[in-house]
Amino acid sequence: MITFTSFPKSKDSFSYTAAKFSAVDGNDMDVDVYGDDYGEDFDSGTKLTYPGESITSSYDYMRGHGTFIDQGNVISSVAGTIERVNKLVSVRAIRTRYNPEVGDLIVGRITEVQPRRWKVDANSRQDAVLMLSSINLPGGVQRRKLESDELQMRQFFEGGDLLVAEVQAFFADGAMSLHTRSLTYGKLRNGQLVCVPPILIRRLKSHFVSLPCNVDLILGLNGYIWVSKHIDQNRQPGEEGLDAESVYSNQNEAIDAPTRMAVSRVTNLIKVLASHFVPLSDVILLEAYEWAVENDVEVKDLTQPDICEGLIATVGTKG
Amino acid sequence: MASRVEILNDGGFRSDGRKQYELRDIVIDLSQQGSADGSVVLSHGLTQVSASVFGPREAKMRSQTLHDRANINIEVTFAPFSMGERRKRSRNDKRVLDFASTIKATFEPAIQTKLYPRSQIDIYINVLQQDGGVLQACINATTLALAAAGIPLLDFVCAVTGGVQSASPLLDLTTLEENDVPHLTVAVMPRTGNITLLTMETRLHVDRFEEIFQLVTSAGHVLHKEMKAAIKDRTRTLVAAMSVAPKAVGEKDPLYSERMDDS
Repeated sequence: MITFTSFPKSKDSFSYTAAKFSAVDGNDMDVDVYGDDYGEDFDSGTKLTYPGESITSSYDYMRGHGTFIDQGNVISSVAGTIERVNKLVSVRAIRTRYNPEVGDLIVGRITEVQPRRWKVDANSRQDAVLMLSSINLPGGVQRRKLESDELQMRQFFEGGDLLVAEVQAFFADGAMSLHTRSLTYGKLRNGQLVCVPPILIRRLKSHFVSLPCNVDLILGLNGYIWVSKHIDQNRQPGEEGLDAESVYSNQNEAIDAPTRMAVSRVTNLIKVLASHFVPLSDVILLEAYEWAVENDVEVKDLTQPDICEGLIATVGTKG
Repeated sequence: MASRVEILNDGGFRSDGRKQYELRDIVIDLSQQGSADGSVVLSHGLTQVSASVFGPREAKMRSQTLHDRANINIEVTFAPFSMGERRKRSRNDKRVLDFASTIKATFEPAIQTKLYPRSQIDIYINVLQQDGGVLQACINATTLALAAAGIPLLDFVCAVTGGVQSASPLLDLTTLEENDVPHLTVAVMPRTGNITLLTMETRLHVDRFEEIFQLVTSAGHVLHKEMKAAIKDRTRTLVAAMSVAPKAVGEKDPLYSERMDDS
């Protein structure tokens, strides 16, 4: 009588038995979801939860993110996986907006220019703020706190510009403040933006990835990924070959056809992987790119479902 | 109309072959739609509704921001082809606006808006097919879309329509029955049993109210089982999909990865 088609058929091939959560396989924290004292209080076995499910007693455990307390019970408020650190129980939502933390690298888009600050869309619950005082001026000039700087703000960033930045601090209401005070941060050009769910981007040692196919990637933790033409080593930020004036340039460099092709191919690969909810890392992207080249898959073919399935099957088995 | 069609025949069957307390087929499709944070297409029999949730995100109009909680913005559109008679409803139709504010009032006690000050949660509901119980379908779709978008909820909100045909209660009415029978819609939060909505647009005898109210509330619990199964199923699929991928070089744990090369 009752039928469910809650997800496209394609993903049913992933069996649930394969699922292991990040908290389980040993890191230094005392996390054992199947611990001895665990079974009685928790709905043991299932580590997945949904809004309104009672997880445990609030007298024995503390509530973390994604939970609330009602009538002596810790109750989940989002659909996701239960995580426990000692006595702290939290639920990590499987799909949600980006939750910023200080030090995160993000890719964002300027939405508004305001007095002494820019508003930046960063896929978070509020627009981020980039203060005029937290950017590098061209040529490393010290900012003289002058009105002329404020009048020139649009020469640095305008509405619609893309930038890579780091989360510096939070305001009282939870909005994040960004900074670009490093030569690796700043305005983005020569490429293309892809948006994926933020949970698919893990914290890596470096979020600046260079693929051998002449493509550079910036994996923003907020789920925005910048795919661009490769910049030569000696013109990298911090090297002498860098032109100071070009930091805030709006002009793309000349990009030849093979590079354009490579950028689009990487972009499409990211879209395919993200649509199948595969976490992204440089290894996977490289593997996927090699697969695309080996099998002679055209950029446009990557939009076809059957070819996508082939890709996902290959990437999944190599691990 | 009533003379030609029997709402409940002598055998105890309704016009579409259901028994009195039988609900219609429910189909839940939680697949991704465009750039929405959470989206669902929900069918109760021939009534079909799609809901998309965006947010919490920066409010488009500064005047709408609330300094202590998120603002909920609900927009409902009825597709012109959703009824037997083709009819275009304007965006500012009084009935549509009223309908949207009813849904908003239903969800205000269920969403933890306090966690997202100065943000906005946008909910866009599209009614694709109407065959009775449009309000219940909209509410159930919104709950599912909110849960899919990872927005903190105190509980699911499950809505069911019920009516009384000459002393015999009916559940989950079709258009045919809604036109003929006094009916009410109840939205219940199953964990606590709180009622967040009760609407009646027709007159119902006060003696009948108690019975139908109890019945509709318990039907809400039945729907809750189906809705949470769908959400759990989706969570399970996504978690499984995430674990299939190979890990990065030297990666021990996805959270604390140690990579050798970042040339």
